[in-house]
Amino acid sequence: MRTVWIILFVAFAGYTALVYTNGDAGRMEPATAQVRAGMDTWQQQNCASCHQLYGLGGYMGPDLTNEYQRAGEERMRAFMRYGSGRMPALELNDAEIDDLIAFLAWVDRTGSSQVSPENVHWSGTYFIKPTTP
Amino acid sequence: MTTATKWHIGFALLLLATALVVGSLAAFAFLLPDGIALIPFRQLRPIHVSAALFWIISGATAGLVHFKRVEFGETRGSMLYTGFLVLWIGTILAVFGFYAVNQYGGREYWEFPPLLAVPLLFAWLLLMADYFRAWLKRTPDPPLYVWMWSTGLLFFLITFIEQNLYQIPWFRDNYLREITVQWKSNGSMVGAWNQMIYGTALYLMVKLSGDEGIARGRKVFIFWFLGLSNLMFNWGHHIYNVPTAGWIRHVAYGISMAEWIFLINIIQGFRAKMTEQRIHRNIITYRFLLASEFWVFLNLILALLMSIPAINRYTHGTHITVAHAMGTTIGINTMILLASIGTMLGMDALPDKERRWIKIGRRITTVSLLVFWFALIAAGLLKGYRSVALGMTDFQAMMQPVNNVLYVFAYAGLGVLLGLGIVVWAYFNRLLQPSS
Repeated sequence: MRTVWIILFVAFAGYTALVYTNGDAGRMEPATAQVRAGMDTWQQQNCASCHQLYGLGGYMGPDLTNEYQRAGEERMRAFMRYGSGRMPALELNDAEIDDLIAFLAWVDRTGSSQVSPENVHWSGTYFIKPTTP
Repeated sequence: MTTATKWHIGFALLLLATALVVGSLAAFAFLLPDGIALIPFRQLRPIHVSAALFWIISGATAGLVHFKRVEFGETRGSMLYTGFLVLWIGTILAVFGFYAVNQYGGREYWEFPPLLAVPLLFAWLLLMADYFRAWLKRTPDPPLYVWMWSTGLLFFLITFIEQNLYQIPWFRDNYLREITVQWKSNGSMVGAWNQMIYGTALYLMVKLSGDEGIARGRKVFIFWFLGLSNLMFNWGHHIYNVPTAGWIRHVAYGISMAEWIFLINIIQGFRAKMTEQRIHRNIITYRFLLASEFWVFLNLILALLMSIPAINRYTHGTHITVAHAMGTTIGINTMILLASIGTMLGMDALPDKERRWIKIGRRITTVSLLVFWFALIAAGLLKGYRSVALGMTDFQAMMQPVNNVLYVFAYAGLGVLLGLGIVVWAYFNRLLQPSS
């Protein structure tokens, strides 16, 4: 039993290393200081309580993965500043709003949160083609 | 039972009660954001999630510590365990303190300021030191539940550290890596606490039946290794839609499909369960364990379907994910933990009149949870259909009929609150009796 456990554990460690180093398939745009600040604001405001990124997070508001592309910067800015029916005004300053928008624009460039039907393989799995150059 | 264990159980039950009350408030705050203005949904959700998460981990560790004492023949209390408990309870109280003043900073499921992860980590190391110190003195060839407890403790440590790796810029500066590692650790961590909880369930079954063979032999270990492989490699179903390397998706899909074997095994074991049920009909522990197996069956079917990417395309990001999360945490984990705590408190020794309340509570919970679970699935199907099949982009319009279904979920949640509330109340009463 111990041998099987050790083999599995070694496989897990090897797979973990592979995921860390190659899991992004080379699709990487490094975060800028502003993007990092935006990510901090996202977490400090607990935006994930109500919003999703890539379908992960809360259910009260829309998925924001591609909102930058869909709604545009100005509309997003207005929502963040004044809130809406269900969204509270978060009392963010201009710099925090700029950072959040930079973060969401960065997320948007990583891909689409919805998998298009042509990416679904007959075996049931996906083959997602990169959407960014 | 030591005084420390009593505190441990009491704190775990308090967390369960908090998760139930705040969860019900959050469900109505979600549907009527202007109706419960006192505490907004944004604040209720992390309180509910953290209370539920810490209930499961605290309940799992309470059982593990108590039964390993019996199993390893320990007679004295341990300073390491007391140290764990002080640090663990103190930090969790601090977590809720930060939520109370709207201070966050963490990520999904761990929304509190990340610095609080440090004392939690130290607390876990103390618990592990207490456990493995006793484990080293033990005779070789341990039964399966000891393997499960040990593996659960170790993997919780690994995944907890992994969950906090985002503090290192190398992980954070690449969003695909950040989201992959976040959900890799979250997914495997669930497997880690399941190892501890299922280990306790197995221990209880062995003690109930008096048959050590349940926890030994080639077949049980093969099934366990299959489950362990799932813990290690099937987390990828959380991020099927993220444009990571394709092999992450394919490995998760392949490994998840091995779970069909578990399903077939459960169906094959139904007849034996029927006989067992007749023998142990009146035992509280057994009834909770049986309830958990019913939920394993339902949630396994749901998990298997959600693990097929072509189906996951419609279910991901919908309330079907919530149904799976609630079905497993309430239906499986909570039922086993209530069996475990019920055994520790000696609930079966109580007069019939007092035990009857637990039976009523369990029945109310099962019926309410079924309605709650199916309502979430219906809401998820509706959302998946409207967002993916119809391609609706106006969120409020898309959600309107979904929210109507969610009223059923919210009212059924009150039933879960009532049912489990009765059980928690009975357990607290017993805990506070000097003879417990």
